[in-house]
Amino acid sequence: MSPLGKLLSDTRPVTRHAPWPRVLAGDATWHAAIGEFCAGRLVLLGLWGERQAVHMALLDEAHSEIAVLTRECQSGTYPSVALHHAPAARLERAIRDLFGLEALGAPDRRRWLDHGAWPLSRPLAVPPTAEIGRQDYAFLAAEGEGLHQIPVGPVHAGIIEPGHFRFNVNGETVVRLEARLGYVHKGIEGLMAGADLARGALLAGRVSGDSTVAYSIAYARAVEAALSAAVPERAHWLRALCAELERIANHLGDIGAICNDASFALMQAHCSALREDVLRAAAACFGHRLMQGSVIPGGMATDIATDGVALLRRLRAEIAARLPDLAELYDTTTSLQDRTVGTGILSPALARAFAAGGFVGRASGRGFDARRAIAYAPYDRLSFEVPVLDAGDVDARVWLRFREVEQSLSLIAQLLDGLPGGPSRAGLPAGEAPAEGMALVESFRGDVLAWLRIGADGRIARCHLRDPSWFQWPLLEAAIEGNIVADFPLCNKSFNCSYSGHDL
Amino acid sequence: MIRLLARSLFGPPLTEQPPAADDAAGREIAAALQRASRRHLGRSLAIRHVDAGSCNGCELEIHALGNPYYDLERYGLRFVASPRHADLLLATGPVTHNMAEALHRTYTAMPGPKWVVAAGSCALDGGCFAGSYAVLGGVAALLPVDLHVAGCPPAPLDLLRGLLAVMERPKKPMRREIA
Repeated sequence: MSPLGKLLSDTRPVTRHAPWPRVLAGDATWHAAIGEFCAGRLVLLGLWGERQAVHMALLDEAHSEIAVLTRECQSGTYPSVALHHAPAARLERAIRDLFGLEALGAPDRRRWLDHGAWPLSRPLAVPPTAEIGRQDYAFLAAEGEGLHQIPVGPVHAGIIEPGHFRFNVNGETVVRLEARLGYVHKGIEGLMAGADLARGALLAGRVSGDSTVAYSIAYARAVEAALSAAVPERAHWLRALCAELERIANHLGDIGAICNDASFALMQAHCSALREDVLRAAAACFGHRLMQGSVIPGGMATDIATDGVALLRRLRAEIAARLPDLAELYDTTTSLQDRTVGTGILSPALARAFAAGGFVGRASGRGFDARRAIAYAPYDRLSFEVPVLDAGDVDARVWLRFREVEQSLSLIAQLLDGLPGGPSRAGLPAGEAPAEGMALVESFRGDVLAWLRIGADGRIARCHLRDPSWFQWPLLEAAIEGNIVADFPLCNKSFNCSYSGHDL
Repeated sequence: MIRLLARSLFGPPLTEQPPAADDAAGREIAAALQRASRRHLGRSLAIRHVDAGSCNGCELEIHALGNPYYDLERYGLRFVASPRHADLLLATGPVTHNMAEALHRTYTAMPGPKWVVAAGSCALDGGCFAGSYAVLGGVAALLPVDLHVAGCPPAPLDLLRGLLAVMERPKKPMRREIA
């Protein structure tokens, strides 16, 4: 029996939760799950709160099985996961800030998303409490002779999102980095509660703008799972087309930007021009450069433009023709390699423990890819490889992006060749309510988890969207240790975690 | 590398013709601004960007302004690292409560005369995030906004038109400093 099957053998799943089971867990099951995390047999996929319950999503990687454990907390407390399994720490702090639920024994009791600036505290608890005001944030200490601190952010030198980085350095060498996030917390989960499904789709598409397609697919699949809605085959294929275009655009942007952070502007010039080609093609095919709003529950908002297939074939050929030159440029520029090879190494053990997704995990030996592991439509019908490297440095994360662009180009060719006819959208059935749905979708950055409950009124009762960055941000702090401060931009860009997706 | 450089040298440029300054944007500026631009700045505008809570969609399009197609620096527009060097604050996103102080401090750190451009639907009035406990509202809820660039996110050409409109308005008196 699989570890997950064994864990769930004495439990009863709740009704109308699709496509994976959700079970009510007592202390024994909860602790058993934590034990499985520590033993490395199960993976923590998400941890989120509700008014009087905490949900924990688990993944059995070896068997591609997923389940949700729910721990009711009438008394407002639950046993801390982070006490034994560090990746849960920030998720528990976020639950406390939003819902006021306490993780008993939690190793870190500092606030996380709540900076003391909101008009109220515990905004999603019933009732919320008055704001307790600003408090100094106690950054983790580093002590020793000659150490000093460099505070950076939330406003950075470039055009990037806001976050604060606190470096403890010895000369040029980073001894400890700690990030403080939450600056772009918009209260999306609060806005989701009570929203209708269309507004939910709008919000889901704006959790992290660079992954708008992936988020929209994750949200739509969760809604469709909850309502047992059938989606036309063509819609699945068009969604994948959008997702692969998004992946290529972001990877090209990242490759250029990483090299630019090593002052190698030539790569940035070429990659940003190619990225622009992709966005223009996306606008011509789907009506929006980032394809925001293209994917909706039930299918696609609009079908691909009539000349779209031909346009994308030309785009694909163009990128495929130019990519090898860029890879060669990267490979043969020794001054650039000098900056990237051996810089910001993330160990495979940490990547595995944190279940890091995307290029962060796959450049450090963790081969998980939701397109392959979950094999949601249409990826079950397509042939592709999941490139994996194990060096774990900036260089590996650059190469992984090159390899993934190649795979996405191949997928786009298959999608264009095999695009089924018929409608690209179906009406949503009323469905039985309340109903719960869930989805795991591979964004360019890693797996996006969407979970939602549709209430009896057909509106969203609770929706949680977990960005892959939750499990990548802490690893950046590990990867930078022992590197020089000047290499932080390189490391940071090679991780390219989302601030907005994390802060919600 | 030689092959790539040769292709760039002998091939046609990717850079496209500049867009005309947006008339609507120009009108908004004329009404809102009673102050300097060209006389003080010549044809140079230093921009400090602050993401005050955006989903990062706007940032992607602002980034795109630097690509060879738009090549923003040919207009004398450039992004600077310090607010002390900036003439214009380009703010995106709904202003979250958690970012309000940082945005305000950035603005006050800029020397006058200075302009504020709010880019994107969220920066106008909070967009789809308006009404959240975590969101203060649009940029105008905190700072005097001179120009809005609409869009979710605004396309690079829209951003460029808006920024050019700020530069094209001649002879405005120096803005009185806000304490």
